[in-house]
Amino acid sequence: MKTLAKCALVLGLAAAMVSCRKKTSEVTGPPVGQPGKPIVIGALFAVTGPASFLGAPEKKTAEMIVDQINAAGGVNGRLIQLIVKDTGGSPEKCISFTRQLIDENKVCAIIGPSTSGETMGIKNICETAKVPLVSCAAAEVIVNPVAKYVFKTPQKDSQAATWIFRTMKTMGIKKIGIVSGNTGFGKAGKNQLEKLAPEMGIEVLASEVYDKRATDLTDVLAKLKAKNVQAVVNWSIVPAQSIVAKNMKQIGLNVPLFQSHGFGNIKYVEQAGEAAEGTLFPGGRLLVVGSLPNGHPQKAVLEAYKTEYEDRYHEAVSTFGGHAYDAINIVVNAIRKAGSDDRDKIRDAIENTKGFVGTGGVFNFSPEDHNGLTLDAFEMLTVKNGKFELYRP
Amino acid sequence: MSQIVQFFFSGLTLGSIYAVVALGFNLIYSTTGILNFAQGEFLMLGGMTAVTLARFTPIPVAVVGAVVIVTLCGGVLEILFFRRLRRPTVLQMIIITIGLSIVIREVALHVWDEKVRSLSYFTGNECSSVRVLGAGISPQVFWVLGTVALVVLLLHLFLHRSLVGRAMRACASNPEAAMLAGINTGRMRTLAFMLSAGIGALGGCVISPITMTQYDSGAGLAIKGFAAAMLGGLGRPMPGVLGGLLVGLAEAFSVYFGMPAAYKDATAFGILVAVLFVRPQGLFSSGELQAGAQER
Amino acid sequence: MNTGKTAAGILLLTLLAVAVQVGASVSGRDYYLTQLTMAAYTAAVVMGLSLLVGYTGQISLGHAGFVAIGAYTSAFLSTAPLAHASGTALGKSLLRFHVLASRPELYGDGTVVSLAPGLAFLAGLLLAGLVAVGIGYPALRLHGHYLAMATLGFGLIVYRLVLGTAFLGAADGISSVPPLPILPGVACTGEPGQRIANYYIAAGFTLMVLLFLLNLTDSRTGRALRAIHGSERAAAATGIDTAAYKLKVFVLSAILAAAAGGLLTFYRGSIGPSDAGAMKSVRYVAMVAAGGMASVWGALVVGFVLTFLSLRGCFGSFDDAVFGVVLIVIMSFTPEGPFGPLRTLVVRFRARRRPALANGESEKEIPRVVA
Repeated sequence: MKTLAKCALVLGLAAAMVSCRKKTSEVTGPPVGQPGKPIVIGALFAVTGPASFLGAPEKKTAEMIVDQINAAGGVNGRLIQLIVKDTGGSPEKCISFTRQLIDENKVCAIIGPSTSGETMGIKNICETAKVPLVSCAAAEVIVNPVAKYVFKTPQKDSQAATWIFRTMKTMGIKKIGIVSGNTGFGKAGKNQLEKLAPEMGIEVLASEVYDKRATDLTDVLAKLKAKNVQAVVNWSIVPAQSIVAKNMKQIGLNVPLFQSHGFGNIKYVEQAGEAAEGTLFPGGRLLVVGSLPNGHPQKAVLEAYKTEYEDRYHEAVSTFGGHAYDAINIVVNAIRKAGSDDRDKIRDAIENTKGFVGTGGVFNFSPEDHNGLTLDAFEMLTVKNGKFELYRP
Repeated sequence: MSQIVQFFFSGLTLGSIYAVVALGFNLIYSTTGILNFAQGEFLMLGGMTAVTLARFTPIPVAVVGAVVIVTLCGGVLEILFFRRLRRPTVLQMIIITIGLSIVIREVALHVWDEKVRSLSYFTGNECSSVRVLGAGISPQVFWVLGTVALVVLLLHLFLHRSLVGRAMRACASNPEAAMLAGINTGRMRTLAFMLSAGIGALGGCVISPITMTQYDSGAGLAIKGFAAAMLGGLGRPMPGVLGGLLVGLAEAFSVYFGMPAAYKDATAFGILVAVLFVRPQGLFSSGELQAGAQER
Repeated sequence: MNTGKTAAGILLLTLLAVAVQVGASVSGRDYYLTQLTMAAYTAAVVMGLSLLVGYTGQISLGHAGFVAIGAYTSAFLSTAPLAHASGTALGKSLLRFHVLASRPELYGDGTVVSLAPGLAFLAGLLLAGLVAVGIGYPALRLHGHYLAMATLGFGLIVYRLVLGTAFLGAADGISSVPPLPILPGVACTGEPGQRIANYYIAAGFTLMVLLFLLNLTDSRTGRALRAIHGSERAAAATGIDTAAYKLKVFVLSAILAAAAGGLLTFYRGSIGPSDAGAMKSVRYVAMVAAGGMASVWGALVVGFVLTFLSLRGCFGSFDDAVFGVVLIVIMSFTPEGPFGPLRTLVVRFRARRRPALANGESEKEIPRVVA
């Protein structure tokens, strides 16, 4: 009897697993086979796992946009089907899913992945398979060297670094310390900071990398304090970016703190509380949409995205979701312009995109520039009374 | 000088966190012989529950509520997954607790979400610090250390003075004899799980303002806690606390002595492996290896 | 286990592998082969680990560390540019003898010269073997929880090192790994044109590992390993050099892991630190447990199927949760593996058809797998 029960258990488990198969991926949009064949777009996001703070808002945003487009009748008279795959931040799954999307789902373009490591793992795959990829990851290597089929929407790290250094110059800061997290994002930022600092006449006294899950960073910051840095630049993600802010105050390292554009979520400010006051960081205008002048080209887009996202998901918008907003819209606009879902035509249309107003800035792609954003995509922002504000020296 | 003090405080902060984790491990291990790989998850659950409750109630109530809830969880887990095992092998127990840790983490992801949360500071705020010799330390660290000290004291009293506590120790040193003496070893096991879940939850609450809490923060804490427990000698709560502080100090001073901070975490694991290879009974034990190290 | 049965099993498996490929190609579903190939390499790691955990009873929670050593060594040595080497006379002759290899730059016009992929792969195996000896010698004196912790610690150190080291690509890992030439015209690579060839490379590798492990477990060594699992002291008392056997198995499974890791890296074209993470190690152990611990066949089947489903994205956002549930359910309800009760049922069914056996006796006839 007991054996029978065990057998039933094992078979049940197996059955449960097979039934999982139905949940292969989350599909937004009409099922295949309906009249007017839908246009299939693939999406790779790290919805769970260590990079979920990127992937989760990205997935939500992409699904929201696709729903909106379909509600409005789709593109070129055809509806859009978005196939979202959760990579869990694992490059292995990302590669497998990319192949699946390309060969099996025959997607016309892919948006994502969320992290630089994953993007670099599939850069060659998309290039050889000739499938347009619009990445939501930050690292500069994604578009430099330029691969014909690979684009990205987040602002370049070098631009963020330039903004930081420019601001430092106006403040008279000459000697700085850099701390960064051991993620792809942290690594890319650290590289750009170290590369650009000498050109900008700024001396890096110390550059330390810490674990992304670090629980306390007073030791690393104490090292910077001992070197008498005039400012600290932190390039990392949650929760470390709040921990750095708090720890600096706690050990009495009272110099300006610059953060990366990854600081772009009001939640992080809440977590750092009073310690976040005065933090300076380059950010997209999404975060300060309220204080943009009325005539600003991005204002309408940003306001619409912010209200729609916050109404639908009841959480604050973040810069990261914005990257997906830009990616999906760039692809859809390219499809509209190309008038078909032919991969090569979409690629060409993306490369010829000019003046697209997104959350990250105004995109102008070209054969040499597959990011399409210039320095003015950023504003220097600061935190005042727990809110983001434009920084005015 | 103030710099050395500052690094000492950093080490203390890290160490106090590891000590909290090590405490729970050792309690379960000494009573049941199970090394609970899901101990870190109890901390995470405690922190998450408290943050959620804190939205409706004042923090002290939220913390008590979280501890009660997680304590009950601990008991339920033991009854569901361990009570029915008659003669589990070490391998079996390791694998089940690892499985539990994964499942708890994933459940937390789907119950809450991927976002980082934290309780507000018990005293002062994010910026306040206590100044000693030119170095600063967050008042929350004293809350953590105070909690550790209090728990150690209460645990000591419980295990050595109360009848139930003595029965638990009897189970630890010789389960068969304890059973013959009329002690319900199964019930003691459940109690040990509940206690260590509760201690874990309390720890998760007091460290939450410093470390912040996320659904996957348990595993990282657990591993540091292992290193601490191992350094002190597995199954011995008080030396485990010392072990925790030592691991924290070692990490902080590895940065002080110029090791790249990127390798800071390797320090703790290096200590773990070195202790295992050279002195598996822990630093503070002169005696024989505990039962777990011998062949079963 | 008799050799006839094993041979039949292997033959059947080979036929199955061919049938799957033919079926996939004929029905125009070639794309399944990508995940099948990746799953086959993972299954090889799981089989090697099952020898260590299942047969010998020595747990390793750091096996992803060995996979990563093989993978990273292959990736690093085959991509690290030796720019100045191509100019020198020595470099030129090394190129001619295929010690070095040159390949065109991916997004440029130049060429890059690095160590030949084949040698990089072998270096990975060598390094994994050496590290396994270094770690295994002290670690395998430990037992139970202590061994689990030591191996876990080892895995985490490897993870921290690859994550913290700039020349290994830190958080991004290494990408653009060149193909590993195996035969003229055939290489281990992810290029769509080589998909079928690579499926057979993976299948061949996995079958070879299977055959090797089956032979090993059926030999004198296999019996010694099982004796160690039963009771190390008793085994030692009967004159088995337990320490030497344990170390050999540890090193063997480490080299198998490194080999599979290396091949997988060439196939994928990239490697990242998460492949060295503790969660990966736990997954390998989960698959060994689900395969019935001491069963190379079980490890193969479960390792292959679970990895395939996971890579197909069948578990969606519950990917890790599935592995956790598998661990708990299998270990607490059928520690002899999911095939245990099924086998029992079959044996009982057969016994019932043979009336000569009394019902009560049939229970004792059931061959129990040592858990």
